[in-house]
Amino acid sequence: MASIDLTLSEEQRALRAGVLEICKRYPGEYWRDLDVRREYPEKFVTELTEAGYLAALIPQEYGGAGLGIREGGLILESINYSGGNAGACHAQMYIMGTVLRHGSEAQKREYLPKIATGALRLQAFGVTEPNSGSDTTKLQTTAIRNGDRYVVNGQKIFISRVLQSDLMLLLARTTPVDRVKRKTDGLSVFLIDIRDLKGFEVRPLRMMMNHSTNALFFDNVEIPIESLIGEEGRGFHYILDGMNAERILVASDSLGDARWFIEKAVAYSNQRVIFGRPIGANQGVQFAIARAHISTDAAQLMRDKAAALFDAGQPCGGEANMAKYLGAEAAWEAGNACIDCHGGYGYAEEYDVERKFRECRLYKTAPVNNNLVLAYVGEHVLGMPRSY
Amino acid sequence: MKILVTVKQVPDTATQVKIAPDGKTIDPTGITWIVSPYDEFAVEEALRIKEKRGQGEVVAVSLGPDRVKEALRSCLAMGCDRAIHLNDPVWATADTLATAKALAAAIKQEGPQLVLCGRQAIDDDMGAVTAQLAELLGWPCAYWIMEEAIDADGKSVRAARQVEGGLEVFDLPLPAILAAQKGLNEPRYPTLKGIMGAKKKEIRDVKAADLGWASEPPQLSIVGLQALPPRPPGRIIAGDVPTAVKELVRALREDAKAI
Ligand SMILES: Cc1cc2nc3c(=O)[nH]c(=O)nc-3n(C[C@H](O)[C@H](O)[C@H](O)COP(=O)(O)OP(=O)(O)OC[C@H]3O[C@@H](n4cnc5c(N)ncnc54)[C@H](O)[C@@H]3O)c2cc1C
Ligand SMILES: Cc1cc2nc3c(=O)[nH]c(=O)nc-3n(C[C@H](O)[C@H](O)[C@H](O)COP(=O)(O)OP(=O)(O)OC[C@H]3O[C@@H](n4cnc5c(N)ncnc54)[C@H](O)[C@@H]3O)c2cc1C
Repeated sequence: MASIDLTLSEEQRALRAGVLEICKRYPGEYWRDLDVRREYPEKFVTELTEAGYLAALIPQEYGGAGLGIREGGLILESINYSGGNAGACHAQMYIMGTVLRHGSEAQKREYLPKIATGALRLQAFGVTEPNSGSDTTKLQTTAIRNGDRYVVNGQKIFISRVLQSDLMLLLARTTPVDRVKRKTDGLSVFLIDIRDLKGFEVRPLRMMMNHSTNALFFDNVEIPIESLIGEEGRGFHYILDGMNAERILVASDSLGDARWFIEKAVAYSNQRVIFGRPIGANQGVQFAIARAHISTDAAQLMRDKAAALFDAGQPCGGEANMAKYLGAEAAWEAGNACIDCHGGYGYAEEYDVERKFRECRLYKTAPVNNNLVLAYVGEHVLGMPRSY
Repeated sequence: MKILVTVKQVPDTATQVKIAPDGKTIDPTGITWIVSPYDEFAVEEALRIKEKRGQGEVVAVSLGPDRVKEALRSCLAMGCDRAIHLNDPVWATADTLATAKALAAAIKQEGPQLVLCGRQAIDDDMGAVTAQLAELLGWPCAYWIMEEAIDADGKSVRAARQVEGGLEVFDLPLPAILAAQKGLNEPRYPTLKGIMGAKKKEIRDVKAADLGWASEPPQLSIVGLQALPPRPPGRIIAGDVPTAVKELVRALREDAKAI
């Protein structure tokens, strides 16, 4: 039976200390400098990979650490808590899950050990399209079987870390929507090698924060049939399986952000003296921070519950979604309290507050919008009519 | 070559230390415990010696309560082969000499060719245990080591000690004790594999009786701890620049006696 541990085990504390030790070498200046230039934290990600942390969830038989989602979350949370941005590399941890659960033994043997060492990066996942957005099953990219190949045509948008990946997981339609019983059928997942892929174009998008994301164009791109993961037409179901892990890990990113904001806010408002006393002595300042702390602790409990269920192999769709929702909202609330109490300094780049503020906002929108979490909870947890 | 490293678990440097109600100890609540940074240099150097020689064993030893296991585990995660935990209530009030005696007894049982320590532990900054160990064991000892090189046949070690403006170089016959200074190396951090592997390595619990230790009263006992007095407020010197500068120079010379 699943149960939540309220304290970290000795091993979990060691894990956290190990990650923080690496993060210490990448202070605010490092992230700030990259932010201005919108460059990828290559050095940080390489060091984290070499120390093995991004292979936490890969089973030991494939060269990973075989740890649970709770530990995976702890690693990402520690990165964001220390002021960095795990969003640059968190997907290397979880995208492989689809290969692990639904790939053939040959695919697993070929790819997982290389993903574990970082020799291959699999941190791009192409789902979102300009004309379908949150309505995934309406996606229009097609992959049509032609002999020993599939031919891919279509467009994707906001696909992250493509330029920092060797492999990409792609969701495309293999059977037209009018020829399937349910619209969730007829989609397939492919693991494709995107190095020197003919007909494949990547156009980087400049975003609000330093997040490498792109528009993708597929123009008669040929991929070998061996790229198909599992059965043709089952792709949507396969990616749903992976979503709980992704939700729990993203919730962990947010928790780290929230803790960073709260710690900064407390330290600053205890020390900043205006009107003859620390600004933290005013309820207008103090209560906003206290409220954010309460939200963060509550979000953490939900994340821990979701992780405990996940690691025990029990259903956790509701909890994983709620954890992602609460985490993203808590980080945003803490971000606001932090930027508010910093007055004008909250907007100055050298405080890192405005950067983290921009970074944490994403998780209200992606990988799934919080509105759609509410729609999920209404429908699947509460048994209300489908609203979308 | 067998190398033994003594490590102490200390509060993290970022900890705001509070004095406990008894006025003699620190309040342990909320403290994050770490391996004393100078001891990390010692662990790192021991691992490098082993790696360079292509064989050998590195053993971490620590004296302290149950929580010290975590510090030893972190040494194992860095790469030490095994650990020894001197853990007995009779050592709860151990001063540096009692600590050194217990460690010396453990060292005699292990029989290493080299013992590495940190130049001091960053909690009470006593910096005494290394010298006391050397005295108790009758071994040569060098402090504040910035460089070391063991000769090919493992009979002696050349060690360079930091002194004002330079290095003082010694040859010490082995077995010997060296105390690491910052700059000796850049300690590695544990990798995820290291952390996972550490679970399977041995931490041997040693009681006072196992060392034939007879309880003895500490030579040194703490009478009380006092917090630092709050820093006096700064002073802003008013007036136009020529007058203010004159006053500043006077204050620096006569009040602060800084110039
Ligand atoms: C920085 C960044 C990185 C990203 N990385 C990736 C990636 O690597 N791979 C990938 O596939 N995608 C990625 N995305 C895309 C992301 O998953 C989508 O933006 C998200 O799923 C929402 O889709 P959309 O932008 O088309 O918004 P839309 O679906 O157009 O929604 C717009 C708004 O309408 C709301 N809405 C829509 N339908 C309903 C409804 N029925 N009820 C209530 N509200 C509704 C939404 O909640 C949202 O607020 C990324 C996005 C960003 C910003
Ligand atoms: C982009 C930008 C442009 C600016 N342009 C100008 C300009 O052209 N000219 C100019 O003179 N200034 C300018 N400012 C400064 C701006 O007016 C100040 O930032 C603002 O007045 C707050 O002062 P502060 O930043 O020192 O914050 P503080 O005064 O230190 O306040 C910090 C926080 O504490 C809260 N707080 C303080 N005291 C109390 C209390 N008693 N009760 C409840 N809450 C309290 C504040 O509301 C705030 O949330 C600019 C600032 C920015 C960011």
